[in-house]
Amino acid sequence: MDWLLVLPLAIPLFFGVVSILARNNLLLQRWFGVLGMVVLLVVSIAILIGVRTQGILVDQMGNWIAPFGITLVADHLTAFMVLITAIMGLAVAIYSLANIDAERESFGYYPLLHILLMGVNGVFLTGDLFNMYVWFEVMLITSFVLLALGNRKEQMDGAIKYVTINLVSSLVFLSGVGILYGMTGTLNMADMAVRLDAVDSPGLVTTASMFFLVSFGIKAAVFPLFFWLPASYHTPPVAVSAIFAALLSKVGVYALIRVFTLLFVQETGYTHQIILWVAAVTMLTGVLGAVMQTEFRKLLSFHIISQIGYMIMGLGLYSPLGIVGSVFYVIHNIIAKTNLFLVSGVANRIAGSFHLKHLGGLYRKHPFLSIMFIIPAFGLAGFPPLSGFWAKLTLTIAGLDAREYVVVGIALFVGLLTLFSMTKIFAEAFWKPLPSDRPKPAAEVEGIPGVAGIRTMMVPIVLLAVMTVVLGLGAGLFINVSLDAAEELLDRTRYINAVLGDP
Amino acid sequence: MKSLILQTIARLLLPLMILFSVFLMLRGHNEPGGGFIGGLVGAGAFSLYAVAFGPASARGVLRADPRTLLGLGLLVTVLSGFFAMVLGDAFLTGQWLIFHIGEADFHLGTALLFDIGVYLVVVGATLTVIFSLEEEST
Amino acid sequence: MEPLLAIMAGFLFASGLYLMLRRNYVRVVIGLILISNAANLVIFTMGRLARGNPPLVATGETMPAEGFANPLPQALILTAIVIGFGLLAFALVLAYRAYRELGTVDVDAMRVAEPPYPGEKTVSGTPDQEEA
Repeated sequence: MDWLLVLPLAIPLFFGVVSILARNNLLLQRWFGVLGMVVLLVVSIAILIGVRTQGILVDQMGNWIAPFGITLVADHLTAFMVLITAIMGLAVAIYSLANIDAERESFGYYPLLHILLMGVNGVFLTGDLFNMYVWFEVMLITSFVLLALGNRKEQMDGAIKYVTINLVSSLVFLSGVGILYGMTGTLNMADMAVRLDAVDSPGLVTTASMFFLVSFGIKAAVFPLFFWLPASYHTPPVAVSAIFAALLSKVGVYALIRVFTLLFVQETGYTHQIILWVAAVTMLTGVLGAVMQTEFRKLLSFHIISQIGYMIMGLGLYSPLGIVGSVFYVIHNIIAKTNLFLVSGVANRIAGSFHLKHLGGLYRKHPFLSIMFIIPAFGLAGFPPLSGFWAKLTLTIAGLDAREYVVVGIALFVGLLTLFSMTKIFAEAFWKPLPSDRPKPAAEVEGIPGVAGIRTMMVPIVLLAVMTVVLGLGAGLFINVSLDAAEELLDRTRYINAVLGDP
Repeated sequence: MKSLILQTIARLLLPLMILFSVFLMLRGHNEPGGGFIGGLVGAGAFSLYAVAFGPASARGVLRADPRTLLGLGLLVTVLSGFFAMVLGDAFLTGQWLIFHIGEADFHLGTALLFDIGVYLVVVGATLTVIFSLEEEST
Repeated sequence: MEPLLAIMAGFLFASGLYLMLRRNYVRVVIGLILISNAANLVIFTMGRLARGNPPLVATGETMPAEGFANPLPQALILTAIVIGFGLLAFALVLAYRAYRELGTVDVDAMRVAEPPYPGEKTVSGTPDQEEA
């Protein structure tokens, strides 16, 4: 019994509810937004410390013994994800102070943000497959509303695609849960892992695993299921784009890692080989899409897809080093990618556009912002000593160990193209002089205007840039910690024993 | 559209339906019923009133904003789970107070508190939707 | 009984998928509704169909009587139905809002978020004409 594990769910819910009750007082809501994230951060640090010192933490809801009740479980991977969720929540909450307009705030932006984080944490913490479906839906419904909030035409268009495809993905997930329940008679993931090994037709299990690959693949936006992401992520305000880019597709990656290390390890030669090739094609198509885009946030959206490929690649290799690479890549990428989205918002604030054609001259006027762009951008492309380099290095070594030379080659080539499209943004938006023939900035500028707003927006940007550098310089330490996470994921008995009790 | 019959009936039915919804909620403890269905009946009472007299007067009868009810309900639900923490049990473990009144045992527990929270959430959420839809159409 | 329900679920999946391939967004939503019911049917069938006793513990007993029906799939379906109800209601409202904002329910004609590239052929006309 560990009370800590309930708190990442209860705290956002509590602050969300308080924000609903304080709906006429926007000032109070804003500060509850920041305060809630700070409390969440403290709790998630406590969980990480707990996992480091005591191993896997388990909490049985309502005192029902596993596998009958709902279990909350936190291993290393979960603890990392909950921590990074809290950090991103804090960064976006601060950024929202200057980025979200009063109309959106009065329609419940802050309650939705809190509940979104509750859903995300729920997916990370739950040890029950059906419960995971429920948390996915909590996350989805709030993300639907956040995406459509504001009722602009592009938002409606983006939301239709996002909502439809994500609903399909949920239904595929639900059918998969139903079929697994029919095979095993349980929903607790640890119990299910034990019973799946005893199922006498492994082909059936592999078939069922494809439901999960498709469903989580849609949520994680892997090839060929990614088309909803670049169609929708650039339509809401930057703060919403940033939190989506930070968390939602990574929740899909987390779910993939969880089920394909815990449940479906019967025919790794088949399933994980599929994952590996999906990863390679995802990287390539994502980055090729990014190369031809000229809109700041659309370009970054395609990069999300490309980076998802790297995260899945480690899972596909299914070796300790591969999983380390995946875990490290997820953490590094959440920080760097969110930061780039936040920078795009500041660029939009200054120059009044998201289109690279209409941007320019930022380096001359705002050199500090340019540095804050270069750090995450080069981190993403994999420049030493920034975090992306170590993540890619780990994956490359793991790939070479597994003799997957083609996939490694694709990964390195994609890194090159990533650098190319990052320099394209830098050259167009920062270096080139401001074009004189650009159209008058449309009503694209959001939130509080003026310098004060920009200062507030710079706070999370600097914070995340520092984290990218620290993660790069302290990579050795962090890779050691990720190694513990990978060992835990590959040795299923530890998870199973922690949940069901020692045999 | 004003209908005298509907208005008269709605005025009479409102307290009856609210009473019935509370009965359903309390009955849910050991028998079919519960906060969800009780909340729906309670919301039905106010939406009937809104159909008869218009959403503005229904809001007047309800006094509180439905969204406040929604928030309060969620708060009550969460807090009912935390009672167990004070007593050292896992989250959401039922905690019971048992009174003996004459021959009968009277069980009062956190499950009831949870149900009251659900009731408020359902009433709040349903009425938020129904009122705003009616206000848009008029 | 199980094969019948399995065929039924498959039929619902197929019909839903067919509707989702239409250009009219309202039909897409109806397709989603069908698929959501198909998924619920899958869970129901997977819980094994049996004529069992109610899964209730009689007064003075500690276990339910032998041969009781499995209540868990029904609880799961109830949850899934409620969640699906909320999500589909949202999808319908979204379709309505999108129709008001964009003036069309043709998903191919919704090109605001992803404007066509120069020289790209775009769809014109309403989906109803196409299908009439």
